[in-house]
Amino acid sequence: MNASRMFSSRLFWPVVMLLVLFIINLVAFPGFFSLEVKNGHLFGSLVDIARNGAPTLIIAVGMTLVIATRGIDLSVGAVCAIAGAVACSIILGSPEPGSIGTVAVAVIVALLIALVLGLWNGFLVAVLGIQPIIATLILMTAGRGAAMLITEGQILTVNSPPFKVIGSGFVLGIPVSVVIAVVIFTAAALLTRRTALGLLIESVGINPEASRQAGVRSRGLLITVYTFSAFSAAIAGLILTSNQTAADANNTGLFIELDAILAVVIGGTSLAGGRYSLLGTLVGALVIQTLVTTVYTVGIPPIATMVFKAAVVTAVCLLQSPTTNAAFGRWRRSLGRGRPGTRTAERASVS
Amino acid sequence: MSIDTSSAPVAGRRLFGRVSSAFTSPKYGPVLVTLVLLIAVFAIGGSRYRGFVSGPVILNLFVDNAYLIVLAVGMTFVILTGGIDLSVGAVLALSTMIAASLLQSGWSASVVIPLILVLTSVLGLLVGLMIHVFKIQPFIATLAAMFLARGLCYVISKDSISITDPVFVSLAQTRISLGGRMSITASVVIALLVVLVAFLVLHYSRLGRTVYAIGGGEQSGMLMGLPVARTKVLVYVISGFCSGLAGVLFTFYTLSGYSLTAVGTELDAIAAVVIGGTLLTGGYGFVLGSVLGVLVLGTIQTIITFEGTLSSWWTRIFIGGLLLVFIVLQKVLTARRR
Repeated sequence: MNASRMFSSRLFWPVVMLLVLFIINLVAFPGFFSLEVKNGHLFGSLVDIARNGAPTLIIAVGMTLVIATRGIDLSVGAVCAIAGAVACSIILGSPEPGSIGTVAVAVIVALLIALVLGLWNGFLVAVLGIQPIIATLILMTAGRGAAMLITEGQILTVNSPPFKVIGSGFVLGIPVSVVIAVVIFTAAALLTRRTALGLLIESVGINPEASRQAGVRSRGLLITVYTFSAFSAAIAGLILTSNQTAADANNTGLFIELDAILAVVIGGTSLAGGRYSLLGTLVGALVIQTLVTTVYTVGIPPIATMVFKAAVVTAVCLLQSPTTNAAFGRWRRSLGRGRPGTRTAERASVS
Repeated sequence: MSIDTSSAPVAGRRLFGRVSSAFTSPKYGPVLVTLVLLIAVFAIGGSRYRGFVSGPVILNLFVDNAYLIVLAVGMTFVILTGGIDLSVGAVLALSTMIAASLLQSGWSASVVIPLILVLTSVLGLLVGLMIHVFKIQPFIATLAAMFLARGLCYVISKDSISITDPVFVSLAQTRISLGGRMSITASVVIALLVVLVAFLVLHYSRLGRTVYAIGGGEQSGMLMGLPVARTKVLVYVISGFCSGLAGVLFTFYTLSGYSLTAVGTELDAIAAVVIGGTLLTGGYGFVLGSVLGVLVLGTIQTIITFEGTLSSWWTRIFIGGLLLVFIVLQKVLTARRR
């Protein structure tokens, strides 16, 4: 890959940002990259980043596909809370909270309810034709109320070893939540990139009307995408709840929709729909989680994290904005003036 | 809104025709439905509780929601141009924090209040420039502003700061008597003034007409030679100003600054505007409708308080349900016209 192609790649800025964050961490805390094995489990800052970033990444994968169809899903935080509330209330209500059977039932019911919520979002967007931001705003507003209704306003604390495994267990030394995130990421990547599904999703995002006339069943695609988003939100909700061993309808997944959207945007997927990059989303989620970790290691008060998030979003948006790109393009053309060959090459790579 | 009431002298059938066409027009329909809804909600409250339909209860609706009215006015401007502002709740919290911390360190109220309004307007200006110059979606630009404002709140202080400044305390406690047991606060007067100014600006000024024109079609507005760029930035300045003012009114209400106040208020403001009949795609809507929307939300809250046994989270479910009904209604009304 030559320099100019690397420069214009959508992954260029996010990766640079991640590397910068890694270097800051390494300077502040020399043991940043060290990994060690304690009691057969992997430990280290990088493992922490992966583990804490897993819920955001899982939701961001669903969000990427939604955004690729020119949509947005604001309800994921509320779905997280509902899934956690449902699972915890089932476990608490059963005579044997510690048995694997109970936990399996709780998880399956929570996921099924999430599927119904996703179908509802998809129905509003695809069948009634309501703007996605508003259609999902309804569930975002009402969903937390519903979660409070399920928990009856209490924080449900569960003591169930099998349930705890989802959020804080280890498989072969690797945290279970990371394994789940990898499975979902890989499944989404294979399903959309090894089949035509990804192409169809992009075509709906670029021009819904044209793709409909070309025979793409946009309605079914949209419903599928929103259902998948709710499904992944529910999985993230289960991980969060299990990690805290408690369902807190008010705070589980609060603001996680914003983190997920940020991850997608930092990853270079345009909110205007169309081309998307799951790899970019992965990098974006890592950037966000590393940023949070950096704030801790550098010694800035953690409460200031949101200011840094605001700075990162603004910087990435400004760098990716068409106005900045055009300015960059003009600048590089003025450098290459007098050499016709390079000029055409630049123009091709800019467009 | 005047069509169905002022044209009474025509024959009954024509009146009926006019009323029904007003109800089904995308411009007036949602507002009229909201008005009917507000009356219905009041009737329900009045039939269930003694003393519900009384002067003090109605006036308290304004007292409790003065800040939300101001927020909804700013949001109406933004949504009329087809944009959205997610930062209003965080900016409101930020202005309560600035007020509380500056007053605590001995600044006078006559400096603090203008300073807050200038700062929040500048924040709005930056957001507007990001949206217009850098072509960043309003959703993301205001999301960044929301993070920034919330983060700055935490940077100022994690804890709640109480306000003891005499000017703020007297503004908070003075009740303007309207005779009998009825009284309002200074906040209500300010909020109603904001509504009046917004109404005049939207309907009787060039700026207002340009706002509607951008919502109807930005390209056409530009071709007509309207100052689209300036107006698009200006609506975010207006929304920032309104958020700052709402923050000041909120401190009159609570006499404290706290970084976690008004989490989710942006949703209430958007819900009030939508329930008040402003089309989310822009172009149609009224400030007075948004006020009606705030009153509907406030009345539901009051009913839930009167009920006592219903928990407060039912409010959110009701708001969600109402949003759905009104969005579907908008969809049906605009689809029929096409």
